[in-house]
Amino acid sequence: MALKPKPPVGTTGHSWDGLQELNNPLPKWWLYTWFVCIAVALVLFVLYPSIPGITGYWHGVLGSSTRANVDRDVKALVAQRAVAMDRIAATPIADVAHDPQLLEMANTAGRITFANNCQPCHGAGGGGRPGYPALSAGAWLWGGTLEDIETTITHGIRSGDADARTSAMPKFGADGILTAAEIQSVADYVMTFYGTPVAGADTTKGAALFAANCAVCHGEAGQGGRAVGAPMLKSRVHLYDDSRDTVVAQVTNPHMGVMPFWNTRLDPATIRSVAIYVHGLGGGE
Amino acid sequence: MSEPVLDAPDAPVSYFADRVRVYPRSVRGPVRRAKWAILAVCLAVYYLLPWLRWDRGPEQPSQAILLDLQNERFRFFDLTFWPQDIYFLTGILIMAAVALFLVTSLFGRVWCGYTCPQTVWTDLFMLVERTIEGDRNERMRRDQGKATFDRAWRKTLKHAVWLGVAFWTGGAWIMYFVDAPTVTWEFWHGQASTPVYVGAGLLTATTYLLAGWAREQVCTFMCPWPRFQAAMLDEQSLTVTYQSWRGEPRRHGRRVVQDGHALIGGAPVGDCVDCHACVAVCPTGIDIRDGSQLGCINCGLCVDACNEVMDKTHQDRRLITWDTFADQKAKAAGAQAPIRLLRARTFIYLGALLVGAAVMGTALALRSNLEMTIEHDRAPLFVRVPDGAIRNAYAVRIVNKAQGSTAFLLSATGLPGLQLAQGQEGQWRDVNLVLPVPADGVANFRVLVFGRPAPGGAAQTPITFTLRNSVTGATIAYRSIFIAPAAGATP
Repeated sequence: MALKPKPPVGTTGHSWDGLQELNNPLPKWWLYTWFVCIAVALVLFVLYPSIPGITGYWHGVLGSSTRANVDRDVKALVAQRAVAMDRIAATPIADVAHDPQLLEMANTAGRITFANNCQPCHGAGGGGRPGYPALSAGAWLWGGTLEDIETTITHGIRSGDADARTSAMPKFGADGILTAAEIQSVADYVMTFYGTPVAGADTTKGAALFAANCAVCHGEAGQGGRAVGAPMLKSRVHLYDDSRDTVVAQVTNPHMGVMPFWNTRLDPATIRSVAIYVHGLGGGE
Repeated sequence: MSEPVLDAPDAPVSYFADRVRVYPRSVRGPVRRAKWAILAVCLAVYYLLPWLRWDRGPEQPSQAILLDLQNERFRFFDLTFWPQDIYFLTGILIMAAVALFLVTSLFGRVWCGYTCPQTVWTDLFMLVERTIEGDRNERMRRDQGKATFDRAWRKTLKHAVWLGVAFWTGGAWIMYFVDAPTVTWEFWHGQASTPVYVGAGLLTATTYLLAGWAREQVCTFMCPWPRFQAAMLDEQSLTVTYQSWRGEPRRHGRRVVQDGHALIGGAPVGDCVDCHACVAVCPTGIDIRDGSQLGCINCGLCVDACNEVMDKTHQDRRLITWDTFADQKAKAAGAQAPIRLLRARTFIYLGALLVGAAVMGTALALRSNLEMTIEHDRAPLFVRVPDGAIRNAYAVRIVNKAQGSTAFLLSATGLPGLQLAQGQEGQWRDVNLVLPVPADGVANFRVLVFGRPAPGGAAQTPITFTLRNSVTGATIAYRSIFIAPAAGATP
């Protein structure tokens, strides 16, 4: 395995402290690869958008555009999803929930849509915040079946939509229906439904006032009334909080929350998906 | 050769040498026969093993050895390995390395010479070459001569057969990863997946190039083994050895035996007749008489070649033989050293091998075919439900490696009166939850746990989930936490 002598090469003539630089030619394969790269680059300049001008740019022979590519990809994605979403829209919601394939699709679409649109008020995972109902607790104001949830999302509550769920709790204090003292009695009575009643308070007066004014919507035993969205008072899950002061405030001059309608912003299949997702958070009926 | 000097422009030299083409000659003898036998066994195992069937029950693959990458299962007869069992592969590789160390320290590079795929396939390709183009001298003559039709058709046929063997090799390779009969049918009907075609093509190409063209260059330039296998050798390792004390001074010519000494022209000579038979048969093209070297793969074909010559010249056989450095040193001095196979190095490698085997065997025997991981939901951490109970949600993942679909019972302890429910059915609570998991599969569940921790207690309570196989009764546990409103927080 003898070593071959190579033809001699000169130096560049540079000299640094006696060190000289060999003037080796570039390897041929490297040089030709480089020439080919330049040629390919020129071809690409012609084929694709390349040279900017004052009022526009060279669009390229192929007319390629990344913006058009994105549009095309988005359309393709929508078309791809439409296969499943059209089926979800065409299937009764209870049947969607029983079809494992559709259910998985609906849950995915629902989870993402929920995170983008619902989570700011209702919290991640539907945990709820004061004034914004917990969706995973099973404490429903207007009903927790799939159909109920779908209706609520579609039309909203006190939202201004023609088919919105609407109700109003009378302003017992602000409108002078009950006196301040009477409201205190009612609050004492309501506190017996849950939590810690005020020690030694006489609740007979409050019970009478409750039966006369509140029971028609909230039920004799405070079990709530879903037809009018009247909260279940004996629950440990409350829209605002559990304190007696809150009860007094709500009876005197009640907050009335608003849930927007989504039928103009989300398509029916997406709303159906969100309803299925919310139903599955742990509180569905 | 001198160092390149800049000031002398004619001095620079190339540091690269051209390949000296090796034309190995055919050889007959016991070593060659043993090498053929080992080659046949190795190739038979490689080509036929994927076709071995194994009954694992319905719905399960019936291939005895199947590295099912797509379904993430490695199957070896009745053993099934999941991705998380990959450490067994590590263990097997470590044991293979130690076994290689052991064999090398005892018998030199026999792995290289007999069982390395590079050697086996190169040998096979050389057999094809010899059958079509003839033996060493004929091949050399034809290659150096003019381009003729005879040379053209022989070369064409050789490469065609090589490509055929290479394709068969590449095709057998993919059968280890997918069901062999199915993929064979799909392959020829154009219905196999792209990776199958790419894999078969790739292995065809590498087999053709490495065994047909690269050959001994793989061993001498590409392979790391020769570099560090030398570290396993010591003076007691049996390696292919030219007994220079007996052979030198080498010389060919008319020998006269006088007083028991061979003479040529009156000068004493050794047993080596310098016929270069050992060089001609060497698949890596080295001269064994130069001593132990990196290019020697310890195949021993030169032993057969030399014995043939020794017989013809009426001298003792085994001028080239397997021997140790220690014995050679002793023999050169007129003594003899015993072959010591059992020595400290042997026992250390053997010990490492046994310890490795014991650890692996124990791990395999104690391997659980049931696994469970439980993750607490991050948001919301807890939910209060209308009856006042606190609810926590968990993502439960159950891995059932058993070959049977089973219902598992999940329960939780750590707080009095814990009840469980599945995510979609929040209102049905029970102490036990029945979770069906398919055979050889993974199932994910969203599990809700309802508890009533004492008010004002700790925000976090450790709880333990217990999973019980309703058929075998086997249980596993997983520790998690139950989160409740912190003391003093507004409920």
